[in-house]
Amino acid sequence: MNATVARLTWRSLLGRRRAILLMVLPAVLIVLALVIRGVEGRDPSYGVDLLGRFSLGFLVPLLCLIVGTGAIGPEIDDGSIIYLLAKPLSRYSIVVTKLVVAIGVATAFAALPTLIAGLILSGTTANVAVGYAVGALVAGIAYSALFLLLAILTRNAVVAGLLYALIWEGVVGGYVPGAQTLSVQQWSLAITKKVVGAPAKGLDVTSAVGLPTGIVLLLVLAVAATVYAGYRLRSIRLTGDE
Amino acid sequence: MTSGTPASIRLDQVSRWYGNVVAVNDVTMEIGPGVTGLLGPNGAGKSTLIHLMSGFLAPSSGTVTLGGEPTWHNEQIYRRIGLVPEREAMYDGVTGWDFVVYNAQLHNLRDARAAARKAIETVEMTDARNRDIGTYSKGMKQRIKMATALVHDPDVLLLDEPFNGMDPRQRLQLMDLLHELGRQGRVVLFSSHILEEVEQIAGGIEVMVAGRHAASGDFREIRRLMTERPHQYTIRSSDDRVLAAALIADGSTSGVELASGVLNVQATDYARFCHRLPVFAQQHGVRLFEVSPADESLEKVFSYLVAR
Repeated sequence: MNATVARLTWRSLLGRRRAILLMVLPAVLIVLALVIRGVEGRDPSYGVDLLGRFSLGFLVPLLCLIVGTGAIGPEIDDGSIIYLLAKPLSRYSIVVTKLVVAIGVATAFAALPTLIAGLILSGTTANVAVGYAVGALVAGIAYSALFLLLAILTRNAVVAGLLYALIWEGVVGGYVPGAQTLSVQQWSLAITKKVVGAPAKGLDVTSAVGLPTGIVLLLVLAVAATVYAGYRLRSIRLTGDE
Repeated sequence: MTSGTPASIRLDQVSRWYGNVVAVNDVTMEIGPGVTGLLGPNGAGKSTLIHLMSGFLAPSSGTVTLGGEPTWHNEQIYRRIGLVPEREAMYDGVTGWDFVVYNAQLHNLRDARAAARKAIETVEMTDARNRDIGTYSKGMKQRIKMATALVHDPDVLLLDEPFNGMDPRQRLQLMDLLHELGRQGRVVLFSSHILEEVEQIAGGIEVMVAGRHAASGDFREIRRLMTERPHQYTIRSSDDRVLAAALIADGSTSGVELASGVLNVQATDYARFCHRLPVFAQQHGVRLFEVSPADESLEKVFSYLVAR
């Protein structure tokens, strides 16, 4: 970890318009929760529906796509990353620092709003709010690591990330059972299901993988993506100069 | 300055290619203390060479070392290197002061603020240090980039087209600074495609043309080679044929060609040709409408060096 890299990443991630952009989706989630609560009253099943579909299925991957790629992608695109790379700093330390900042932002703008929306809809009943917030947190870690790696690998990281998050997880994963096992969303749902506990079955909180598989795959993805990102950053080619 | 082995950058039979395109072709050179200009037309491979020297590109073949240490995959060399990249992008929402302090902190300097203050004073940006970088002119950005490169007191300074966007006063100031840094015994290498920039400050120059190392050494010697090469001129006059006969009879030219409406001349003795041409014209009653050099572009000059 390097405090200066963290400060620069934090400033670029939350600079000006970007912070407003990051607030839009969580605000929509909370407003939707308030509207449903106002119309239908408090019910854990509404929490499961909204948090499962909107939060884990849409908000978390999209927000992590913005912060994961935004933590390093713009610096690579415009070449300003050279000011970090032309220093006696380990490339792994740069990647880990940027990832920690991205996870912090994802927690603040995805996991925390998920907890708030869950509390609005379900209160503390059946641990739905905490279960989905924990799910959002672990999914946020894995997604951030994955998208940060994508930003180092390709200049089209946002498109590639959107294809994965929306097409693979949202569409293919919804209809093809095998594809669901390769889904961050499903892995994190395994953890959500565990936290919700016994009421999960009645509330229809399901996941395509078991808890051990989910935890292992989340860990493998986060660690492998981070290590590979550091490895690739060591050899990154800064183009556009000649 | 950082202590240790004497600084010098050595490239040994270095080539770098991208697919089928050869950007740098079998270059061997050594850059020692003092100011060295890396000269060549756009696309000659100067930036590629600087990226190789600064450890941002792996050579496809050959070796690049700084004080005997390889530059590729060696983050520790940045304790000794200060780099001024060509690209302008920095962190626009950060003030110049913060940016230089951050750079000092990234070098893990004991007193980052004092180092930043000194570097900003050196590039004369003290008055504008609290403004966001996004509000700086191109010349001011160049100077802040220079401050970030100097903040850790490196003994090697690599600058990629540092004079781009600078006004004449800023140019002179930076030239003085580079001259002083070279005088202190640092290795200062800067790239440029403008001959006059290099002429004013560089003791030695390395000339690159189309990825090849075309010439190396003292500027005056290379300049002499450049000026002594045969010069091509295109002349339009009232009687090209008479002028052609007079010129070819004189020893200053090695060839004349009557083309459609113009006379192409190859002058071997540049000074004599310049003196004799108006004399011949006057003697033979020929009016000169146009005399223009056909090969004065840098590319042509550099090509001549390569072809020698």
